[in-house]
Order: sequence, then C-alpha cells, then structure tokens
Amino acid sequence: MSSESSPIAALVWTFGLMSLFAVGGANSAISEMHRAAVDVHHWLTDKQFADVFAISQLSPGPNVLIVTLIGYSVAGVGGALAATVAMCGPTALLAYYVSRFLDRSRDARWPAIIQAALVPLSIGLMAASGLIVAQTSDQSWIAVLITIVAAALAFATRINPLWMLLAGGLLGFAGVV
Amino acid sequence: MPPESPPVAAPAPDASAPSPPLQPGLLELFLAFAKMSLAGFGGVLVWARRSIVEQHRWMTAEEFNETFALCHFLPGPNIVNLSVVFGSRFRGIAGGLAAFAGLVGPPMVIATVLAALYARYGDIDILRRTLAGVACAAVGLLFAVVLKMMMPLLKRRDVTGLIILAAVFVAIGLIRWPLQIVLVVAIPLSIATTVLARRMVKA
Repeated sequence: MSSESSPIAALVWTFGLMSLFAVGGANSAISEMHRAAVDVHHWLTDKQFADVFAISQLSPGPNVLIVTLIGYSVAGVGGALAATVAMCGPTALLAYYVSRFLDRSRDARWPAIIQAALVPLSIGLMAASGLIVAQTSDQSWIAVLITIVAAALAFATRINPLWMLLAGGLLGFAGVV
Repeated sequence: MPPESPPVAAPAPDASAPSPPLQPGLLELFLAFAKMSLAGFGGVLVWARRSIVEQHRWMTAEEFNETFALCHFLPGPNIVNLSVVFGSRFRGIAGGLAAFAGLVGPPMVIATVLAALYARYGDIDILRRTLAGVACAAVGLLFAVVLKMMMPLLKRRDVTGLIILAAVFVAIGLIRWPLQIVLVVAIPLSIATTVLARRMVKA
C-alpha cells in the first residue's frame, strides 16, 4: 500500500479508499487521516497534523478540506487537488446513484435501519478523532482547560464557535498555552 | 434530524413534478453552494438548510431532512454528498457537478492558499503557538459535537449502542487499529443489534 512511487498516487489511493469508509463524515475520519498521514506514510509530524486540523477548522467550507491541506504538504497544489477530489469523488458518485435508486424503489426501511446502526459508530469514531488530536494539542493543563471550556460552551450555548477558535488562538499567541 | 425519517426522495423532477416551485439553474446552484460554503465556518449544514429551505425555497423542511438523512447514512463528507444529490435532483449530473464545484471549489482555493502560507511560515514560533491554541479549542468543539450526538443514546438508555460506541472508540482511538478492519466487524454487528432491538420493541 505504501509502495507507490508517486506521492500523488499515494494520496489518491489513501483518500479515495478512506472516502468510502468515512462513516459519519469528515470529522469521524480524522483519526484515520492521522493514522495514514502520520503513522503510515510519514507525510506530517504529530504537531503538523494538529496545526493542519486547526487551520481547517479556522477556514470556511466543509470540514473535509483538511485533506486539501494534507495534500498540499505532500505534493503542492497538485497534491491538494488530488487529495480533495479523491476524498469527495467516490462517495459523491455513490450518493448520486443511491439517491436515484431510492427515488425509484422507495423502500425506506433499510436506509433507516442502516442509518440508526451507524450513529453509534460515527460518534465513537469522532470521539477517537478528538482524542488523537488532543494527545498532540493538549500538552499543558491550560491547554486541557481551553479544550474543556470550548467543549462546554459549544455544548451548552449558541455562541458562534469561531469565537472560541479565535480565543484559543489569542491565548496561544500570548504564550499561555 | 429524526432518526426514523425515511430518506424517500422528493418527486423526481423529470417526472414533471408540480411541487418544487423553483428550478435553480446551473449557475444559481453553483453560486448558492459557494455562498453557503464560504459562510460556513465549522460546519456548512446550518447554512445549507437556511439557503435551500428558507431563502430559495427549493425544498421544504421535510424534503431537506430526508435528503440529509440519506447523505448522512452514506459514507464520506455529508454536506458534499448533499450537494451532489441536491444538484442532480434538479439538473441531472451537470447540476450535481455545479453544486459540488460551488461547495468545494472556492473554499478549496482558500485552503490551498492557507496551506502554502503554512508551508512557508509554519516554523515561526508565534504562528506555531497561535495554531496550538486554536487546535485546543477546535478539539473542544469536536468533543461538543460528540456530546450532543450522544445525548439521544443516553436518554434512550441505548446500552448496546453505547457499548458499540465505546468499542469503536477504544479500537480506533486507543489501540489504533485501521478503520476498515474495525468497520468490517462493527457495521454488521451494529446493524444486527439494531434489527434485533426493533423486533423486540415490536414483539
């Protein structure tokens, strides 16, 4: 798997396959992206992965664009494009055909059951993603505190999450973290 | 999103359906998805609903929920799936591509510029510290989503669901097994327990 000669081919293979296994969306797949990018292919260090995650959360658009950042760091603009298309393409094609099929068949029982069955899986994956990034980002007790406060505020209030990201960035800038 | 809602589609457009009041063109699809995508910091779904249901009235709230339910049960980025399914419902494959390009294209350009800046200046100490702070908060936001999604399971006292959740968390987060292997075991298991649980409720 890791023996591809071209880095672009490795990106396409890695994210194209991941696309079809990303149950619950991009945030669930972050743990697997970390495994592929840091542990398997050594495209990024732990710290770089946490940085890339932070940048992807700061920038507008769907969360999946973290793969654009990973792709860029592997192979520049071509890598960014290849990783993004590979991560979005297969599942988009699948969605297109499944929705057309359901339009015709109208048998709604199985999709509902599969969906209900996938909910606990995607929550578990998302929690694992959080843990994996936290192991890198939360190195001090203040860092842990920022994570807890951001989680509590986002859970209990309707404050725009962008403010929490900016506050975290300011604290980091000030050298508190 | 009601978990029971069947992802039955709205009447197909080619069947000369009378219900959708407006038929967006390709450029309109592209622009609408580009706008909601660029407005969507930390998640595009809220903006997608606002734009499609409230602003443009291209779908009713129920139709939107059903379409999103379908996109949620499929793998991959949900909102990307939504753009393709939504666009193709109105304008076929070209419509799907236009919505997809609007959703992913402009923010991808921004992400690429940010990646280039990071590659160039990522070693500067102040930037490293700042990003470290952002990452701490971003992880917190992720945990908040986890908590919000767990609440229905906790309220229902869905023990098997919580066990499966915990098992996946341990396998991926702590043991670090590959995703594919974990899912090949966990998906059939979870579907089987869901079917069993529903039969027991009915009986």
